[in-house]
Amino acid sequence: MLRLGRSSKIVLGVIVGIVLVFMYVPLALVVLNAFNSSRIASFPVTEFSLRWWEVAAVSEPIRAAVLNSVIVGLGATVIALILGTLSAFALSRFRFYGKQTVNLLIVLPIALPGVVTGVAFSNTFNSILEPAGIQIGYFGMIVAHATFCIVMVFNNVFARLRRMNPNLQEASMDLGAGIGQTFRLVTFPQFRTAFAAGGLLAFALSFDEVVVTIFTAPPGVDTLPLWILNTMARPNEGNLVNVVATVLILLSLIPVYISQRLSRAEEDE
Amino acid sequence: MTTTAQNRAERTATAVPLHRPISTALHKRPRVRLGALLALPLTWLVGLYIFSLALLLITAFWLVDPFTSLVRPGFTLDNFALLFSNPAYISTSLRTLGIALAVTALSAAFAIPLGIFMAKIASPWMRAVLAVAITLPLWAGYLVKIVAMRITFTEEGFFNTVAGAFGLSGPGFGIPTVIITLTYLWFPYMALPVYTAIRQIPVNLFDASADLGASGWTTIRTVVMPLLTPALIAGSVFTFSLSLGDYLAARFVGGANSQMIGSIIASNINLNPPVAAAFSVVPIAFVVIYLLVTRRTGALERM
Repeated sequence: MLRLGRSSKIVLGVIVGIVLVFMYVPLALVVLNAFNSSRIASFPVTEFSLRWWEVAAVSEPIRAAVLNSVIVGLGATVIALILGTLSAFALSRFRFYGKQTVNLLIVLPIALPGVVTGVAFSNTFNSILEPAGIQIGYFGMIVAHATFCIVMVFNNVFARLRRMNPNLQEASMDLGAGIGQTFRLVTFPQFRTAFAAGGLLAFALSFDEVVVTIFTAPPGVDTLPLWILNTMARPNEGNLVNVVATVLILLSLIPVYISQRLSRAEEDE
Repeated sequence: MTTTAQNRAERTATAVPLHRPISTALHKRPRVRLGALLALPLTWLVGLYIFSLALLLITAFWLVDPFTSLVRPGFTLDNFALLFSNPAYISTSLRTLGIALAVTALSAAFAIPLGIFMAKIASPWMRAVLAVAITLPLWAGYLVKIVAMRITFTEEGFFNTVAGAFGLSGPGFGIPTVIITLTYLWFPYMALPVYTAIRQIPVNLFDASADLGASGWTTIRTVVMPLLTPALIAGSVFTFSLSLGDYLAARFVGGANSQMIGSIIASNINLNPPVAAAFSVVPIAFVVIYLLVTRRTGALERM
């Protein structure tokens, strides 16, 4: 037992209280101000209304931005799922020279600051592809996002593959199943929750990403974070941003719920 | 007897088709299998990402034509010299480094008491609630949190109104608010490993320490803290490198004169790509040095 006096426990309790207040009061203020009828956020809120919710509901730019974010997120997730799973198999099943380097390569895009990754991609797009007559446009964002999403899938699938029993695959092949059949019937069912969790994290990461997107988005195309960024710079629509932010806070409960379900499904398996 | 055995053998043989040329070939050649697995990921990561990084690094040695202001391939070290000669650039690098270290220190200062409370004082029910409570904000968006900090610390915002009741005023927008905002963003990355590490300390150690007459605080100082070092280092890698690369917090809650390294890279990428490229090396260098220092402690392997 850790023997602490009553006053020590109270001090620790107060610090925990401060941490929780620090974490949740700002988010609560966002939600509160989404219902503020004035243009800019204030405290205390003097007049409540649904004014900004009505504006947000019919806003064409917001709708377009959400659509862009979903398309980019899905594209990046599909690529990350393929590349992340392939590299997870390679690194969990084989020993080879340069393994550490491959591992580092996968982590690097998320370890380096977003601004470096973003600037590097935009530099390549502008100084190599454009002079060569290739307009990468929209796909540039997907390429950049996929690159830093790979690690999310890789980490999840790799951790699962390491714990899996390779004998099951051997048994399946001994019984005459080919590689494809073994993968479909034996291997994949064993890591599908990790696969799904990795995909979920990849999508969430892409959906939330700002900095790399700033440099790789084609002109005139906004993802949702870019829309928030641009609207934040315009002081008169402060509470419209709060409406979108409130929706995002509520939406963030979905991946939390799904990841809880996934980890429970994992325990059942 | 023999016929039954033969029959059985024949039946098995027909039930198990052995002609799967691709599967058999792949099974015999593990190198080919490895190559097939790695081909796509490596083409992507090396061909697109490493290629782009290398190109950026090369651009750092290029020149900008003073008349046409177009980038011209060449070789000059002027862009790097600028990093060390321009006082504004030096102070920005140092400011960024200071902010990243302050965020790390502040996160650790709150993560340790939080972890001790959760692992050792809270009831199991409360522990579960707190664990969810620190994880949840991780999912709320990055910009959502910057918006949240902005309206908390703005002129007529929450902090000034509440503090005003006690005759105080908040920090306003400036470097302290940037530090608070970055701590707000990255705190869970420190809190979770620290909490996990405290939970993993064997209960015996606490009993032994208490039996030997140590008070709670002595136990924390002499038993818990040394065992926390790996977790603190692992957490600090996140809080340090994420803060180091950030520049949007500085842009939105930093007020004037709070530029960070990222601000300089971002503002130069269109005007003067070679300078932006040279400046990109600074955060990379800081992160690599930090990783090397932490690797020397061996903390990362033990995580």
